[in-house]
Parts: sequence; structure tokens; C-alpha cells
Amino acid sequence: MPLWTLFGLRAGRATTRWPDGGDDGQSDVVGMPRFQPERCLSGCRECVDACLPGAITATGGEGEASIALDYGRCIACRMCIDSCPASALTASGDWAFGVRDRRDLRTANIGDGGGDEPAERLRAGIRRAFGRSLHIRHVDAGSCNGCESELQALNNPFYNLHRLGIFFTASPRHADVLLVTGTVTYAMRDALRATYEAMPEPRWVLASGSCAVSGGATAGTYASGRGADEVVPVDVYLPGCPPNPAALMHALLLLVERAEQRVHRGRVS
Amino acid sequence: MNGVTRRVLDPAGLGPACDALHEQHGRMQMAYALERDDGGLEVRYLAAPGSGQAFELWCCRPADGRLPTLTDRAPLLGWYEREMQDLFGLEFGGHPEPHRLVLHEGADPSVPPLRRAAPPGEALPFVRAPWTEPDIDGEDVQRLPFGPVRADVAESAQFVFYYLGEGILHYYPRLFFKHRGLEKRFEGTRPELGVVLAERVSGVGSLGHALAYCQAVEDACGCRVPEYAQWARTLLQELERIYNHLHYFAILADATTLKVGNAQGRLLEEDAKKINARVTGSRFLRNMLIPGGLRRALSGLDGLEDALDPLRRAVERYLAKLNATPSYRDRLIGTGVLTRRTAFDQGATGPVERASGLDRDLRRDHPYAAYESLPPEVTLAETGDADARAAIRRRELLASFTFVSRLLRAVPGGSLRAECRPEAGSGGLGWTEGPRGALYYAVHIGPDGQLGRVKIKSPSFSNWRVFPFTVHGTDMMDYAINEASFGLTIAGCDR
Repeated sequence: MPLWTLFGLRAGRATTRWPDGGDDGQSDVVGMPRFQPERCLSGCRECVDACLPGAITATGGEGEASIALDYGRCIACRMCIDSCPASALTASGDWAFGVRDRRDLRTANIGDGGGDEPAERLRAGIRRAFGRSLHIRHVDAGSCNGCESELQALNNPFYNLHRLGIFFTASPRHADVLLVTGTVTYAMRDALRATYEAMPEPRWVLASGSCAVSGGATAGTYASGRGADEVVPVDVYLPGCPPNPAALMHALLLLVERAEQRVHRGRVS
Repeated sequence: MNGVTRRVLDPAGLGPACDALHEQHGRMQMAYALERDDGGLEVRYLAAPGSGQAFELWCCRPADGRLPTLTDRAPLLGWYEREMQDLFGLEFGGHPEPHRLVLHEGADPSVPPLRRAAPPGEALPFVRAPWTEPDIDGEDVQRLPFGPVRADVAESAQFVFYYLGEGILHYYPRLFFKHRGLEKRFEGTRPELGVVLAERVSGVGSLGHALAYCQAVEDACGCRVPEYAQWARTLLQELERIYNHLHYFAILADATTLKVGNAQGRLLEEDAKKINARVTGSRFLRNMLIPGGLRRALSGLDGLEDALDPLRRAVERYLAKLNATPSYRDRLIGTGVLTRRTAFDQGATGPVERASGLDRDLRRDHPYAAYESLPPEVTLAETGDADARAAIRRRELLASFTFVSRLLRAVPGGSLRAECRPEAGSGGLGWTEGPRGALYYAVHIGPDGQLGRVKIKSPSFSNWRVFPFTVHGTDMMDYAINEASFGLTIAGCDR
């Protein structure tokens, strides 16, 4: 009969030290496209036509149109990169896209869109209160299950999320953070809202994955919603399709002010 | 369509055709509706006659929006008929469960959403309404609804148990909370962009969905995919099987409370996902396929065999250790028995049907990509319990490693992709045998050359239909283990 405990002890440590040095585990992962608009050919719209979720749009008038990118809608499918004749869009390893303000996912040439953003809310003291222990209630509000696969990976021995004091909890009554995946389909709206309302205050919401940020690839069908902030107020937006485990950890640490936001106005710093 | 025989039937001819199919040991595979250019509806039934024979596609035009139900002959069609009722407004006379399936009670579309007249972009009007519950009554019968938000990180669905003490009298899974209207989303999209949607039907099935979709478009166009692309697609499909089956064993170890066994399974799954990223840049094997071939060559092939070898050995040790653990095997043996008859009638697919003795595997029976020259060995079990389902997956997982090594020994040269521009009005069928079973895409190109109707049949749609038959009359204690032994996803089913 196998002695599993002995086997586990003998196997030794599998866990990365990241983010305190160590391997983030994403060395071969291609992230969001990097956009250098100064390379764009005049009048070219190849990437606009190749962008299924409508993350890339042409703004401005005829002749002086410029290309704008909303990472909140980007599903990292690389179609724009494949279509770009000028290398204005290139593959990158950028994935730490968690932001507090939805507008930070848009390149600077997009208008702010008339106040559909939730206001930046006071979060002073979150680090003091929750910096060392954060409990998450996850709700799948209509995902493709890619997000769940990566969320489940967070508790594998390599990432071992527990070591950062972050835990998934079964009951919303024990949760500090509501982590939403999926577009929020018509049939999940009431369950998502009920879960949020069952949480004690103070409470935070992380919209995880491009579907939860904007509806992603299926935004606007008869059954899909356009993201979590149509139903609950969102504190951190993390696009990605799906966000990889390191991106999820970065966004959770960003929420409790243990990590810095890396993306501002559509640019990675 | 290649490898598909087309027959036109009138409604009265459906029943006899179904009987004739069963007499030669064939089985229905799926059914879907589409709207013709003249505005009339047509229903298509996909039938798989006995092994070695081409698929048959039966085309039938309903009379006044009605067809006779075929559920009395082929119960597995029950869900397809209810789906067509919800999304196209068709009626199936004599259906034993004529209530809603894909759309929840209270969803009230002005026009059935997959009809062309449905206003584009209009959100479904919805006020939650009571659903049609199974008629179960009794003084001591308790009812336990669980979900749609469930413990831990799980996909959303509601499971309703009617139970007496520990005994489950009846089990009813309420699904389709996650219905996203994906099939409608394909409509009007360029065929080469449709693959991006196919990759997002079920994330852990991205490769299989992309492959079946591409093959359907290639079938519509009649193009020939270059040898290198066929080879790469096959390799990627086996990598998908490896990481999915590893996930399966981690979950099964968790359900049987083997904590270290669960951790080890998850760690091996992580290693497999890292290999996926090395080869494709994506942990889910995305962004590689396109109708006509591949978008780019595989990367990281140099030394890949050396990277896979330690994983393979670790997997062998892990599976042997699980198998030698009495507490684990005890919980699987005799749990959730699916009889061969029920597996056939209700339409089980993949490892689930093979564990109940049904000898089917699309890779061998209707070969595609490089499986034509490298047919896999199909393994079967007879007992139909959780132990048999795990045994099939264990053998498939090990076989996938062998398969990948064989493929890596002979990397063909050649181009990445062929021209693939399907003509307006054409149509095609594509299929793959993914880690969870048979996956079909039927693709119809509209008059403008963009995608028209796209039907997705995922393996979990089939196996969710089957699963409750193994739960009725069993114990609460076995439920989680039984569910884990099926290895279901919800996104693929709900679409």
C-alpha cells in the first residue's frame, strides 16, 4: 500500500518563491499584444478587421484615423498580430494587466466614454485589514472554464496560493473578495447579485478574465452580458483569456496593495 | 460533405430510418435545426451506422413547424429536440419531457433566438420563473438544491437531490446557467475568425473544438490540409488529452480524500500545461489552428521528447500508486454503474461509453488528421463503474505519451496551410475525439460567404444527459466520486 505522506515528503518542495524572486511559471506564455502606434501605416485597418471582440477600433476622421486598443476587450488571440503588416502589434510576454480603473486598459486615444466607469472608491486601510489574510468567493457567471482551470491551478503545489495568505472560501459570508469570471449571462445575474449581497462589508470585487471585464468574445449575444460591472461594482479589472495564475496572483496582491499596478492608459510600465 | 452520406427524409420516414439504423447496430449522434434561405426550417440528424461505414446525414423539413419525436426510439435525441424547441420554436409531437432545456423558465424571447428574424443584439427578456420539477412526492422525501454557486472553484450549475436519509431517490441537474448563445455569435463572422470562438466554447477543450471547427470549414471548402499541419494537429490533440486526463485524476484523488494524490495530480497537470505553453505559447493550446492548416509552426520541439520523458515516468508512477491504494480503489469499484444499454440509449461518449463496453472512438472509426496512418488502439472495459471509467482514462493517458513520442520521431516537412475559402452556401461537418469524447461541428456558409448556422455538439452535452441515470438510487456519499469519475465540463454543454 503506497505511503502517500512519505511520498509527499520525499518529493520535496515544488513551490515557487515568486513574487519574491523565483520563477513565475509563465516563461513560454504569450500574453497581450504590444502596440506601437507610431509604426501604423496610414489608413491601415487590418487589425480592426481581424479583431473578433472589437478590442481594436479606428478613431478619428478619414485620413487621420488612428488605431485604439482596449485591453479590457482583448482575448489575446493574436489575430491582430498575424494581420499587422507593419509590426505595430507584436507578441509579448505581458500579462500583469490587473488595474483599478477600467480606463487604464484603454490606449490614450480612446475617449473616456462618458462615465460608465465605477468611481474610484476609498480603499484606505485595506492593506492593514486584509493584507495578510484574504478570503475569496469565486462565482462563475458564464465562462468557457479556461478561467476556472487557471484558478484551480493557483492551489497546485507550484503556485500554492495559501502561502500568500489568500484562500478560497465556500461561503460568501466568509469572503472579503468576490472573484467573478464569465460574461454574466442572463441566467447568472441574480445568483451573482445574491452572492455579492450575502458578503459582509467591507467587500471587494475582482472581475477576472476579459469576459468578466467586458463580455469578451461573446459580448452582446442574446444570452451573454457585457461583464461584471453591469451587475456589481468592480474594484480591480484583470483582462486575459484566461489570465494565467501569475496574473491572478498579481491582481489579488494589487487589490490588497501588496503589488504595484503595471498598466496605465494602455501602456505597460 | 466528405465521408457523409446525405439522405432526404419526410417526417413519416424518420421513425423507420431510426429503426433500420439500430438494426445494423448504428446510433444517432446529434440533431440540429437550421433556417433555409426560403425561411423554412430544416432538421438534420447525424447518424453513425455500424463501424467502417460513413456517417449519414438525414435532412427533414418539418410540417407546420412540427416533427414527431424520436425519443421513443432513440432517447438520446430528447435533449436535442428540446434544444430545437427552445432555440428555433419547433415542436416535437409526443415528447415525454416537453419543457425548457437550454433557455431557463422565464426567458421570453419575442422570436426564438436562433431564428434569423430574432433582433440582433437584443438581450433575452428574463424574469426568473418556476421550473418544471420532476413529480416526486412523499412524506419523508427531502429536497436539496445545490448551486448554481457551489463550493470552491467550480463551474455554475444547480444540482437538485430528492433523498431519503443517505439514499438519493432522484437527481436532477439544472444546467444552462452558462448558456452564452455561442452558436448565434458565430453567425456573420468570417470563417477564419470563427476558430477564435471555437477555442472559447470550452477552454480545456480549446484544441478539440478548434480542430473540429477547422475540419468542418475545410470540408465545406474541399481543401486539403498539408501534411505538416495534420501532423501538428494530431500532436496537439494528444497533448490536450494528457493535461485533461491528469486533471481528471487530481480531481478523482480529491473526491476520494487523497490529499497528496490530489496535489501530485495537480502538479503533473501544471507540468503538462507548461509543455503546452512551450509548444504553442498558450497553456490551453490556443492560437495555432486556422481553417486550411496552422497559423504558425510548433515551437520548442527540439528536446521536447527529453522534457516529456520525466513527466511520463512521473505519471506512470503516479497512476501505479493510485491504483495500488485500496482506499481509492474501494471508493471507485461498483460506484455509479452505467450499464451498456443505458450508455447506448442515452448517448454516452468517450471514455464513459468505452468503460461500459461500447467500442467507439472517432480517431479509429472516422479517422482525421494523422490518425488515418496512425490509428490508436481503443481500450474497453465492461463493468461501467467509476473504476472502469478511471481505468479507460489511465490507459488513454499512457497511450497518449506513446503516441506523442511516435509522432516526434517523424516530423514531416511542408507548408503550414492551404488556401481555404469556402463558397457561399456550402456546408461541412467536422469531428474529433477529444479527452471527453465525440465532438462535432456542423458549419454552414451564408450567402455572403460569412458563417451562417454553426452547430456545436460537445461531449459533455452527451454525458450530462447520461450521468443522472447513474445517480438515481445511489448514496449521497458516492455522489462526488461518481461525478468526478465522469469528468464533465459545463461550459461545453451549456455553450
